[in-house]
Amino acid sequence: MSLLEIENLSVTFTTADGDVNAVNGVTFNIDKGETLAIVGESGSGKSQTAFAAMGLLAKNGRASGIARFDGKDLLSMSQREFNKIRSKDMAMIFQDPMTSLNPYLRVSDQMAEVLMLHQGISKSKAVKEAVRLLDAVRIPDAATRVTMYPHEFSGGMRQRIMIAMSLLCQPRLLIADEPTTALDVTVQAQIMQVLADVRNDFGTAIILITHDLGIVAGFCDRTLVMYGGQIMEEGPTDDIFADPTHPYTSGLLKAVPRLDKETVTLSTIAGEPPDMSHLPPGCPFSPRCAQILGNCRAERPALTTHGTRRRACHLPLKEVA
Amino acid sequence: MLSFVIRRLAVAVPTLLILVVLSFTLMYSAPGGPFNSERPLPPEVLANIEAKYGLDQPFWLQIVNYVWSVVTAFDFGPSFQYKDRTVNDVIAQGFPVTLTYGFWSFVVAVTVGVSLGVAAAIRQNSWLDYLAVGVSIGAQVLPNFVMAPILLLIFTLWLGWLPGGGWSGGQWQYLIMPVIALSTSYMASIARITRSSMLEVLNTNFIRTAQAKGLPMRRVIWRHAMKPTMLPVLSYLGPAFVGMITGSVVIDVFFSTGGIGQFFVNSAFNRDYSVIMGITILVGALTIFFNLVVDVLYAWIDPKIRY
Amino acid sequence: MFPNRAAVESVGEAAQLAEVKGRSLWADARTRFFRNKAAVASLIMLGLVAAFALFGGFIAQYETDFVNFSLIGSNAYLGVPSLETGHYFGTDSNGRDLFARTVQGTGISLMVGIVGALVAVIVGTLYGATAGYYGGRIDGLMMRIVDVLMSIPFMFVLILMLVIFGRSIFMLFLGIGLISWLDMARIARGQTLTIKNKEFVEVAVATGVRPIKIILRHIVPNLLGIVIVYATLLVPNMIIFESFISFLGLGVQEPATSLGALINEGSRTMQFGYHWQIAFPLFFFVVTIFAFFFVGDGLRDALDPKDR
Repeated sequence: MSLLEIENLSVTFTTADGDVNAVNGVTFNIDKGETLAIVGESGSGKSQTAFAAMGLLAKNGRASGIARFDGKDLLSMSQREFNKIRSKDMAMIFQDPMTSLNPYLRVSDQMAEVLMLHQGISKSKAVKEAVRLLDAVRIPDAATRVTMYPHEFSGGMRQRIMIAMSLLCQPRLLIADEPTTALDVTVQAQIMQVLADVRNDFGTAIILITHDLGIVAGFCDRTLVMYGGQIMEEGPTDDIFADPTHPYTSGLLKAVPRLDKETVTLSTIAGEPPDMSHLPPGCPFSPRCAQILGNCRAERPALTTHGTRRRACHLPLKEVA
Repeated sequence: MLSFVIRRLAVAVPTLLILVVLSFTLMYSAPGGPFNSERPLPPEVLANIEAKYGLDQPFWLQIVNYVWSVVTAFDFGPSFQYKDRTVNDVIAQGFPVTLTYGFWSFVVAVTVGVSLGVAAAIRQNSWLDYLAVGVSIGAQVLPNFVMAPILLLIFTLWLGWLPGGGWSGGQWQYLIMPVIALSTSYMASIARITRSSMLEVLNTNFIRTAQAKGLPMRRVIWRHAMKPTMLPVLSYLGPAFVGMITGSVVIDVFFSTGGIGQFFVNSAFNRDYSVIMGITILVGALTIFFNLVVDVLYAWIDPKIRY
Repeated sequence: MFPNRAAVESVGEAAQLAEVKGRSLWADARTRFFRNKAAVASLIMLGLVAAFALFGGFIAQYETDFVNFSLIGSNAYLGVPSLETGHYFGTDSNGRDLFARTVQGTGISLMVGIVGALVAVIVGTLYGATAGYYGGRIDGLMMRIVDVLMSIPFMFVLILMLVIFGRSIFMLFLGIGLISWLDMARIARGQTLTIKNKEFVEVAVATGVRPIKIILRHIVPNLLGIVIVYATLLVPNMIIFESFISFLGLGVQEPATSLGALINEGSRTMQFGYHWQIAFPLFFFVVTIFAFFFVGDGLRDALDPKDR
């Protein structure tokens, strides 16, 4: 049994301008200690998939399909039941470290309350544990700085605090939603190192949500590419990078700047991300696809399995450029 | 923290001085006022004033005398109307009354307003929310001078449940209508501010973090959302306080409660300038003090404010 | 007593955001405003109230100051609202036609509210924009003055002034104007601080345009959204304010009247059962205030489309 199983998950938001289908029938799973990357541009539904699994969808959002954590059905859970597993078994860190910590509470209070709630230990013990984890994510002088307020830390430091906070109960699954997007490049590398240490030291399964293919390589076991709320391609990271089987993936890879090849210009994918309230009936990528076939616009390609990989494309396997 | 308070006081003191000088100048230049002796005053009153200010002395000396006695002895001088009373006597009689119903109005406005606003925000778009929004919009168009006659009409004239006025040492029957009349519109404003502030806070990223930590909703609200929600409410309390003290004028007129408002209006019509001035300065001092308290509270809640 | 500053300030942020997105703020706002049923209904109500104040005099059967002596003393049965006698709203305690007086009172209250709000908004915007534009020590001094003025209990000072210098509409305007521009000044200053770093202002500065011209041509027009919303929300507060003063007998003087003065008179006689004397002025007072609040809220939501 996988740790997290997602089957045919859809997320719809009701807005004044009509329904927005952010996620459309996504299926994947992640095993204990595994690292999975969900890659896609903004609006591809990757974050909403994670929010649905955490029960954190906005009020106007609805999730349908199946999502199971450790065999327990997540979508039918009440908030009260969710609270028993959030942070304890399944934790999440967010994109913007500057606004994700409560500016009105000390770091010690924000971290200690997690342990006091889930493990029922005393405040002083909880703070001690918090300091231990802050040390683990390499916050200098953690014992004294723990009583500071978030605004007294830099962005990178705050993201470390977020990571430390999410690890307090040693969850089995950590969902990292664009953890480095808001940070400087050098800080990005440090944060990725911290996440790698987490995986190695605690054996935590990690879902890394990102639009940045550069940080995926060398970190994630498997990669899942999303577009228009649907899965385009999935497989072992190395295979996907070496041999993309979907025009969108191959376009994404060509758009990554590389130091090992001498290219003068970076290629881009022409066109705009899709309007999620009016998706085309066929493949969502078809309006931007350079290798479009006759039935691409009319018929949605099914997700088919090929050995260790899955793809959703009408184009024959060999012909992907 | 102490230096923060001291620095705020350094602004407050000159403000108060400006107020004193402004009121004294206004009074001094009043046509028909005692200082240019167009209106004959009772000889005893004139003697009182003469002894206090020395009417033959130049303006600046009079003002210095006045300020000096206000600052050192908290003495606002004799009344221009009554021979045997000082402004301090008037204040001593009316102020406790105003403070009593003012205090209760404040408590009611803040507790009811904040609870209503929080409840409405948590249950957004429920019947409770619509009720709270409806009440707060309705109450906003019912300022105290509209509320007071309506209350009198219902509870005294129609139902006969409550006495139509008087004070009786502040027994509860006499307190109810003044407190409702004075607090309603402020309660409504506080509820509206609290609701929209709470809704904004509940949409922030750090509330999502708190939820992701598995905290129960109750704790998310109280521990994580309450402080930032209260900041805009806190800034509104200064103006609300001033408004309530001002509203005491209406309350005293309608319910004959005998607070400073009543003396203020009487003095206004009888041109008893020293009483008007005394009350104005006292209210000014209270306002400044209250704003200071609000500022300190604000700095205490918001760690980003440097002392 | 005054509109909540924080609620208005977000309009400015939204305006700047819309500018970044390159969309037409005003066209969008108009669509959103007309989708808001309460605001549109209130706008129509305001039109009706204004028409009542402007043209009601033509329908009235009596002059505002005509005293029907035969009615004095028998108000309870002869002065009741009736279509036959021509006293549609009945008469007041002095035997005057309440319809004509309500028309007059509504007109004066509206005028005081609108003129008061205009004065406050104009003075406040110019003051705040100037302080924000110059910045530094001038800004510090100008805003410190605002701080000092804000902590003065102006209602009391105003009453003091009305008592000392006599009661007149002019004093009332002056007094109201003195207080109400302070908040607007703070808002305008805050917005100016962000606007003045925009390219178009920097270009104007670099090409040697005079500061006064920059403030009037480049900064003030960009404050328009916020100013309109604040002004709309300020009008009902001004009306309440004037009514308060008139209620104390210190505002508009006889034979002229305002809604506040009429409510005051009505509240004195309702214990005798003359409910119409308070009901009609109170109705127009409440409807006007309500409508302004809703239109103001509607404008704010239209210019700052945030889920509230």
